[in-house]
Amino acid sequence: MEFEKPLLSLFKKVDELKKISKHDKIDLSQEIKALEERIEHQRRDIYSKLTPIQVVQISRHVQRPTMLDLVPRIFTDFLELHGDRNFADDPAMVGGIAKLDGTSVVIVGQQKGNNTKENIYRRWGMANPEGYRKALRLMQMADQFNKPIITFIDIAGAYPGIAGEERSVAEAIARNLREMSSFEVPIIVVITGEGGSGGALGIGVGNKVLMLEFSIYSVISPEGCASILFRDATKAPFAAEELKLTAPSLLEMKVIDEIIKEPAGGAHTNVDVTAKNIKAALLKNLAELSQLSKSDLVEQRYKRFRGLGIFEELSL
Amino acid sequence: MKSIHDWFKQKQEEKELKTRTEKLDIPGNLWVKCFKCKATIYSKDLEANLKVCTKCGYHFRLTSSERLKLTADEDSFTEYDSLVLSKDFLPFTDTMPYAKRLEEANKKTGLNEAIITGECKIGGNKTGIGIMDFSFIGGSLGSVVGEKVTRLIERSIEEKVPVIIFNASGGARMQEAIMSLMQMVKTSAALAKLKKAGLPFISVCTDPTMAGVSASYAMLGDIIISEPDALVGFAGPRVIEQTIKQKLPPGFQRAEFVLEHGFMDMIVERKAIKDTLVKMIRFFMEK
Repeated sequence: MEFEKPLLSLFKKVDELKKISKHDKIDLSQEIKALEERIEHQRRDIYSKLTPIQVVQISRHVQRPTMLDLVPRIFTDFLELHGDRNFADDPAMVGGIAKLDGTSVVIVGQQKGNNTKENIYRRWGMANPEGYRKALRLMQMADQFNKPIITFIDIAGAYPGIAGEERSVAEAIARNLREMSSFEVPIIVVITGEGGSGGALGIGVGNKVLMLEFSIYSVISPEGCASILFRDATKAPFAAEELKLTAPSLLEMKVIDEIIKEPAGGAHTNVDVTAKNIKAALLKNLAELSQLSKSDLVEQRYKRFRGLGIFEELSL
Repeated sequence: MKSIHDWFKQKQEEKELKTRTEKLDIPGNLWVKCFKCKATIYSKDLEANLKVCTKCGYHFRLTSSERLKLTADEDSFTEYDSLVLSKDFLPFTDTMPYAKRLEEANKKTGLNEAIITGECKIGGNKTGIGIMDFSFIGGSLGSVVGEKVTRLIERSIEEKVPVIIFNASGGARMQEAIMSLMQMVKTSAALAKLKKAGLPFISVCTDPTMAGVSASYAMLGDIIISEPDALVGFAGPRVIEQTIKQKLPPGFQRAEFVLEHGFMDMIVERKAIKDTLVKMIRFFMEK
């Protein structure tokens, strides 16, 4: 990524030294170690001062772990289940049953591809109405059989195409919002990449909403905001600042409950550590929510969203 | 001494009169050009026809107070939550600060916000009612619209009455960022409670009903009706065209298209809406 360019020359130097060391059979391990430490130090420095638009870049990184990268590292016995029993199976939305350290759960989430061919198949994770309807039927199954629901969000937005209007993605999302608010099982939402507006929210009604450190959650993309409100697509970095779409801002506004740390340099540098951190957060939050009764779970979720909104009220 | 409430009411009435005149483009003359068929109509005829073009039937947009007058029985409306006001909490500036945009919207429309909520009688039947207004920042859904809709639903549960909402919105209010998005959950969750209480929600879509509003309460009516030719959908038509790189077929995302595809119960002309609502309320609420 652009902002990592300062590290490039240092990486090159390390490669050079390694080549020389091998070719000339000199021991340069001290020098190499010193350089690698400098790289690490500088990377930590860069990552501690990221601007919102830089965070956006990380959240969209082509190698950022997808749901199917994370699931086998967090859960066991995952069985993917397909179809919305109405129209089709949407590859952009994945769902199924699994075990989290022995506890049976239902998982749903958006799935991006790991390469161009996969991305075309997965529609870049941009779900169609049948994706939300598949998610709903699996979540209803969880509710019926008293299993916790864990959702994974990584979507730029619901796919803005003909299908979305012919088969009403609006109705599918709306219905999911209403139904999710009534489920009597724990719902934990994890935003791993892009939390793209209504497309994200359609599986985003949780008792707990967690976010990976460099993921984003917004009502509109910075680019969309720049084009529509600022009438200038180049203003995306400024829009990203105004939108307050990074994890720390969202935590402050109580829109999310917890930030999950990423490995230094971003999740794409170490999937295993990322998965480990997500798993720990899931276990902790699930243990907490398991203490609540069915009606408490519904009430807690209602109150959580009921309290979101900032306004003033005059009195007579 | 006048109370703030009285002051607001007076200002509102003054602005209303000014807005209605401006909306019909009558700076001294009495003729209006229909946006759709371009025919010239005498403004008093247009008014008498409930702001529906006498030649082609095009439904001009209504302000929330115009809609209220057409719908509620005379003198039956009590407003709820009129003093809940938006603030620029992020803060957010695009081509102007959000705080200024709110001020300008108030000056232009006389309204505090993009929705009026309360209770009224329709054909003698008591009901909770919400009427959105597109002229206030595009009818956009922000914290206050979300809060007023949620309170309307919660209060209607207490009063054991139906909820009717007239939708008119371009979607979520960007100037409130993620908080606008959260209003979609808040309102939908309240509708879950309404459903559990055995009470009906009738959603009336008007032009336009899009994005964050259609993806929340607007598409959750037990019955969903629409005025003819209203734009009702999720993604904006231009965004779809850019994505699929094709021109959209005529009538795409209009109420009639939505009905054909199974997501609209009825298309109802403006003059017939009140009677239709009365029939529906009686159906739901009769003992």
